[in-house]
Amino acid sequence: MSQQTSLTYAKVNEDVIRMLDKPTVKWLALFVPTLGIVGFGLFCFLYQVYTGLGAAGYRHPVYWGVYITDFVFWVGIAHSGTLISAVLYLFRASFRLSIYRISEAMTVFAVLTAGLFPIIHLGRPWFFYWLFPYPNQRELWINFKSPLVWDVFAVSTYLTVSSVFFFVGMIPDIAAIRDRVTEKPRKIIYSILSLGWKGSNWEWLHYTRAYLFFAAFATPLVLSVHSVVSWDFAMANLPGWHTTIFAPYFVAGAIFSGLGMVITLTVPIRKIFSLEEYITLDNYDGLAKLVIVTSLIVGYAYGVEFFMAWYSSNPAEWGQFYYRATGEYALFYWIMIFCNVLIPIPLWFKSVRRNIKALFIISIFINIGMWFERFNIIVISLSRGFDPASWGIYKVSWVEMGITLGSFAWFFMFFLIFIKTLPAVSIAEMKEILPVPRKEANGHE
Amino acid sequence: MNNQGVLGIFSYLDLTINAVRKLKEEGFKTIRVFSPLPNHEIEGVMDEPESVVRFFTLFGAMLGASCGVGFTVLTSMDWPLPVSAKPIVSIPPFIVIIFELTILIGALSTLIGLLVNSRLRKNAPIDMYDPRFSEDKFGIMVACDKGNVEKVQDILNSHGAEEIKVDGI
Repeated sequence: MSQQTSLTYAKVNEDVIRMLDKPTVKWLALFVPTLGIVGFGLFCFLYQVYTGLGAAGYRHPVYWGVYITDFVFWVGIAHSGTLISAVLYLFRASFRLSIYRISEAMTVFAVLTAGLFPIIHLGRPWFFYWLFPYPNQRELWINFKSPLVWDVFAVSTYLTVSSVFFFVGMIPDIAAIRDRVTEKPRKIIYSILSLGWKGSNWEWLHYTRAYLFFAAFATPLVLSVHSVVSWDFAMANLPGWHTTIFAPYFVAGAIFSGLGMVITLTVPIRKIFSLEEYITLDNYDGLAKLVIVTSLIVGYAYGVEFFMAWYSSNPAEWGQFYYRATGEYALFYWIMIFCNVLIPIPLWFKSVRRNIKALFIISIFINIGMWFERFNIIVISLSRGFDPASWGIYKVSWVEMGITLGSFAWFFMFFLIFIKTLPAVSIAEMKEILPVPRKEANGHE
Repeated sequence: MNNQGVLGIFSYLDLTINAVRKLKEEGFKTIRVFSPLPNHEIEGVMDEPESVVRFFTLFGAMLGASCGVGFTVLTSMDWPLPVSAKPIVSIPPFIVIIFELTILIGALSTLIGLLVNSRLRKNAPIDMYDPRFSEDKFGIMVACDKGNVEKVQDILNSHGAEEIKVDGI
């Protein structure tokens, strides 16, 4: 990390805490329209509650549409945050350091967004708590054999654990802000949030241990959550869904889409807050290599799905995949292939991996491609089941589009609040890669 | 009685480590070192026993797994719903719940372990701190009796402390 040698401990504090200064006009110019779009999303939801799920464009035989697509998309976005913060922490990959806080925040906000969709998707959203594990008035418990109940457990565990991991990671940094801010209300808030952190050897001893265990818990969790999400589909006997590759296929896709979103979010933040010294080209190089790996896995899964459908000689399965590539929804299928398999190919070249503009454009395509992947899996499979008599076409309604747009705004709203209130780069961990201040220059580091 | 606190502020890690070593040699036991980042050298010279957070983690994970088993098995047996001779207690679907609860309760218990252990040990009657410790300074706080305050100050001074504060009851 030769680019970072000009940094000092004090400068890291200064640069990161500087980001928390009063909101600028630019920030407000982003935040106010974002709130407006969230408001429009809320209006669409209320309209749907008032008129019923018909407003959502659900038609026989497609009763899982854009909302479930959005749910899987947002849960997927969350995954690379945990990958970067926990898995790469266990592997001691130093390129994660400057971006992991932003990725963790992304995880928490993406799960918060994802969690809305199963509720939006309900005909009677006010009964969402029926999925929680408690006995009803007839003392009958929820059915633990249902993948939907697994989902409730997986996603709520994920939200809890990733929030705890996110918060614990910030404690020393919040203490640093507490020690620096002068305005009384801010000082009080950061004092409470820092939980009295002083950075003594005793605190660090427990902290580093606990952090390691959180990372160790989060690592299998990230694999399990999207596997469980994939089983929402794979457990059902439907051509296009009922396949054993779904768990790894979904996990790889989730990380792929999440990496795309990390790049999409960090590029503007890096530019706006002049964080070039922190989020370096090496960081992006590392991310781009992960994009290549996950893109290859996803591309392989697309191929294997087709191969298995053909090799199984199952007419329903083969019919489903042939339809995906050539039927009414073929455009979406080829958008998916183009964005997820072809667009990342230039990343094999180092010059592209270190070109921020190129990376940003590629990351946008990845976001689009991965949304369509989930749409294709969910909607096209439901459109063409076993029985030709019950085939049908699903059209997205304006209400669904409005809510989807609102969900993006909801996610960015949290993100905009985050970068103005909490340290977006880990102060304590950034210091770990800087040379330790020593009087004797020959001391080991 | 250790009712006096002496806090030395350092700019360099090596000087801090040397001062701690000297203080330990002189028999001072209640020492706390502050740093803006976790550091193995400080951990080495302080030679504290291994963190007990791991027991919280283990206990939480085991409790979570037991809750998962109990939850799924007992509720299924409480009101059996026979479906075409399929087992009432079916392990594979329950593994998902057991796994998630192991992680959930394990992580929450680790959090409790962290909070409890970082806060509980008040090994010094005096709580001293300097806001620069979260920025770029290292610190050593020694709890000692009145007669030793000067000695501690001398040691800290001779090892390159830039500033020394004394507080007492």
